[in-house]
Amino acid sequence: MAIIGKPINRVDALLKVTGAAKYAAEFNQPNMVYAFPVRSTIAKGSVTAIDSSAAEKSAGVIKILTPENAPQLKAIDPKVKTGGMLGEQLLPLQDNLVYYFGQYIALVVAETYEQARAAASLVKVNYSKEKHAIDLNTELPNGYKPQKVQGEDAQVNEGKTAPVIDATANKISYTYTTPTENHHPMEPHASIAVWEGGDKLTLYDSTQGVMGARGTLAYHFSLTPENVQIVSPYVGGGFGCKGSQWGHMLLAAMAAKLVQRPVKLAITRQMMQTNVGRRPATQQKMAMATDDQGMLTAIRHHTDSYGNKSDFFEPSGKQTAVLYKAPLREITYKIAKLNIGTPTYMRAPGETPGTFALESAIDEMAYKMKMDPVAFRVLNHTAEDPSKKHPFSSENLLDCYTIGSEKIGWQQRKAEPGQLRKGKQLIGYGVATATYPAGRSAASAKVQLMADGSVIVQSASQDIGTGTYTIIAQTASETLGIPVEKITVKIGDSSFPPAPVSGGSMTTASVNPAVMAAAEMVRKELLALATADAGSSLKGRRPEDIGYADGNFFVTADKTTADSYADIMRRNNKNIVEACTTAMPASGSGLGAPTAPCMEAPIDKEENSDKEKYSFHSFGAQFAEVWVDEDFGTIRVKRFVSVQDVGRIMNEKTARSQIIGGVIYGIGAALMEETAYDHRWANPTTRTLADYHVPVNLDVPDIDVHFIGKPDPHISPIGARGIGEIGTTGVSAAIANAVFNATGKRLRDLPFTPDKMLLKS
Amino acid sequence: MRPFKFSTTADSNEVSKILIANPHARLLGGGTNLLDLMKEDVERPTELVEVGNIDVMKIVSPASATGSIVIPAVEKNARTANDPAIRENFPMLSQAILSGASAQIRNMATNGGNLNQRTRCTYFYDVAMPCNKREPGSGCGAMKGLNRMHAIFGWSDKCVAVHPSDMCVALAALDAVVKVQGANGKQRSIPFTAYHRLPGDQPQKDNTLQPGELITAIEIPKNNFAENSYYLKVRDRASYAFALISVAAAMELKNNKIVRVSIAMGGVAHKPWRASVAEKYLLHKEATEANFKIAAANEMKLAKPLEHNLYKVELGRKALVRALMQAANGGKTI
Repeated sequence: MAIIGKPINRVDALLKVTGAAKYAAEFNQPNMVYAFPVRSTIAKGSVTAIDSSAAEKSAGVIKILTPENAPQLKAIDPKVKTGGMLGEQLLPLQDNLVYYFGQYIALVVAETYEQARAAASLVKVNYSKEKHAIDLNTELPNGYKPQKVQGEDAQVNEGKTAPVIDATANKISYTYTTPTENHHPMEPHASIAVWEGGDKLTLYDSTQGVMGARGTLAYHFSLTPENVQIVSPYVGGGFGCKGSQWGHMLLAAMAAKLVQRPVKLAITRQMMQTNVGRRPATQQKMAMATDDQGMLTAIRHHTDSYGNKSDFFEPSGKQTAVLYKAPLREITYKIAKLNIGTPTYMRAPGETPGTFALESAIDEMAYKMKMDPVAFRVLNHTAEDPSKKHPFSSENLLDCYTIGSEKIGWQQRKAEPGQLRKGKQLIGYGVATATYPAGRSAASAKVQLMADGSVIVQSASQDIGTGTYTIIAQTASETLGIPVEKITVKIGDSSFPPAPVSGGSMTTASVNPAVMAAAEMVRKELLALATADAGSSLKGRRPEDIGYADGNFFVTADKTTADSYADIMRRNNKNIVEACTTAMPASGSGLGAPTAPCMEAPIDKEENSDKEKYSFHSFGAQFAEVWVDEDFGTIRVKRFVSVQDVGRIMNEKTARSQIIGGVIYGIGAALMEETAYDHRWANPTTRTLADYHVPVNLDVPDIDVHFIGKPDPHISPIGARGIGEIGTTGVSAAIANAVFNATGKRLRDLPFTPDKMLLKS
Repeated sequence: MRPFKFSTTADSNEVSKILIANPHARLLGGGTNLLDLMKEDVERPTELVEVGNIDVMKIVSPASATGSIVIPAVEKNARTANDPAIRENFPMLSQAILSGASAQIRNMATNGGNLNQRTRCTYFYDVAMPCNKREPGSGCGAMKGLNRMHAIFGWSDKCVAVHPSDMCVALAALDAVVKVQGANGKQRSIPFTAYHRLPGDQPQKDNTLQPGELITAIEIPKNNFAENSYYLKVRDRASYAFALISVAAAMELKNNKIVRVSIAMGGVAHKPWRASVAEKYLLHKEATEANFKIAAANEMKLAKPLEHNLYKVELGRKALVRALMQAANGGKTI
């Protein structure tokens, strides 16, 4: 019964649309109080005095936490692996130093949210202000050259492409810039902290990683991890800003500890701009050269960006190490420190700005060589990882170009810009390549078959809106031969068997092999009971002769010879048959060895993500048709085609939604998203969603998603790669390339707002 | 938000009394702007008077005597935009309202509130920033800050903010009249173009309402613009964004000759900006693209752009021409 792949509705859809799905801020507790942060209004310096006298007299106020009275947290020790990952190396209210505008410097706790918020506005703060660093170009000379980026060398072939590129006229060299962006999931972060005595903590939290949150909270409050429970059953979007742990989580627990009551801390949209990470701005210097036939001879990609209180920087050279056959590639970074809230992972970190630069430059190179941009990409396509020299585990990119060209109607495109119009609208077509690594991490899952035929699957994974609940149910259903309706998936709780953070597009590839392996163990154990059971019609049959469906085993050659799971369990006095497995990829486990009672899932190395042998990446082709108003410079994406080579599709509906959402994210990055800073205060001026624009319905055209659908034979026995991020990659370049095709104007600075089009000659 | 007293009344005289007795009292219509401002700690009323039920009347059809239409202040934006009489007589007003905000906000927001909404200048909204409009004497954050969205006409060294409304741009072009009521039921009529202010030395004052006065209605006089009018809005995304530039253009044509013309612009000034220079040029001329271009250029010559909004001069010129072309074309896309 092929249930994996079917476009079934989300199993949590009814709960969500009826409001019954409970999000972090909705787990109200008896005797609960509310916290509201006070934030710095300088970007660098120190707090010299906090006058909270007026706030303390304000109605309902219980406590005002400052560095003077805040509970002391165990200090950050870079040598210690906590199991979590702080978003910034900065613990709240442990000292009086300020590193960015909007930093938490005090916390008001009151009986109601409104009282806490009102009192927070009465707290007066004096500062000793220092000159902040805010301009990237000013600070770059003091920047550093990082040595590693996600485990790989961060400075590759520095200086080595110049002789090749300088020696030819067949070259291009341009700088592309991308702005700071914020994640802005629909649901802002929220935490409710509940202490039982001094050594047991429960945190209801909106997080992409319950295990990481547990590790961080346990470490900094000096608790044993088993005494910390993180509960996060539903997450209203994350996009990376809920992947690591941020100050509000610690603050909620600190406040609850101090006032000895449960505390809710729900942050505001304004704080989403300052306190929970961002994608940092990049300046990417691209250069490349070809021979006279258009074969790339060298690619150079240098990224300038910034960081603050962490080692994270935007790894926008990643895709340049993977795409195209160029024999020589130079990929380097330089990072300055700015007094802006700390950058972090944001949907396709690296590839989103990186593919904008690379795929715009590829388009410019194709124009330079008077070649069709699709043909140019096909000519330079590589079937192996050009940096690691490994074969790709599965790669069908050429099919993506072919199918996408057909669907968008690429033949309508005129090579010369500005040739197609309708009234005042100039029409153009653009293409870009999409790619994202196909990661897999160790993950555990427990499967329990109950006597009534129902199934419970548990894993400390998360569903951040992607459909994880649903595809886990589908995997268990197919493996057990039990309808989806009878399967209850429990995730988003750190007390379940450990699973990785829902980030890096690896949840599907990581968790489902564990679910499948555990379900297989349950099924095999049940079948063993039947074949050994004198009361079973399957007594003595060989397992390979037995099929299963709808809660029954049957003889494949004679389906009338059958036995039901319920009967087998009843006859054997079993209330439950269960198994817990950990699926460990061949290279790199992430979580370490399985913990009892979980057993390692038996997976052949050849289908277990062996990175020594294969390079694991997804690929795609993005095609845009844009209409540009010739007077106003307003750009509308009229049609979009996204062809994706992402391995096996677990659920055609939720997968499509992921790609559609990714493309919309890319349209936002291309046309409107930007967190702007006033350099005098280093404050974001795009404080709300009225200023920080994301696409609205009218900005989003028909998006035609096509999946190649060929399972990846080497990533896992299931063959599915993650798809949360690849949909965004290449989108802004496809739009930029289409705008050039429409107008002859080459925009290299995101986002493409009308003013930039108007001022561009 | 800070604690406040809340009351509700259907009696407009009672409202005036409260406003006179308490200068820190504010009227609550749809709350789509005021409540945001209270959460941001920008508005700090000690008293809120909910006025949604005051003097509710239906939008009246053109009266036989004068042909004007009166819109109640407490009527919702959405119902106003969709009223058949408005659609028939003043389609440009419907277009303007429907190009503003979102369907949800228009369902809540009142007409009076639309007139009295505050600027969306980010420095006004962020209490950590200086703003003469919010805190007179504290300085203007936008003047030398990020002023891409700000004024190119009529600004002062105290304030460069723009009025955010679309509806008001159309009402300015339609020569509407704001009906207000003050203490003891005293009635007053204010020409729409005199209702909102330029910032001058008192940017904290958005309009010319006197203490104790509230808007009861907006009257739109009869005109013959319905055939040749258009509201054009250029913005950063396709919907749900404030105008970079908007133009309300209306003409009365006789054999393609302009016998009456009215043009207002949004997104360019502290109040809806009547393009009187362009109007003057166009009156009694042929409705041709060439004439529209000269009129637009003449108007935009007066613009004084700031560091980040130079583009608005070019955009304004092109938007004026496009709006006039579409108005001349019966409101249809050219």
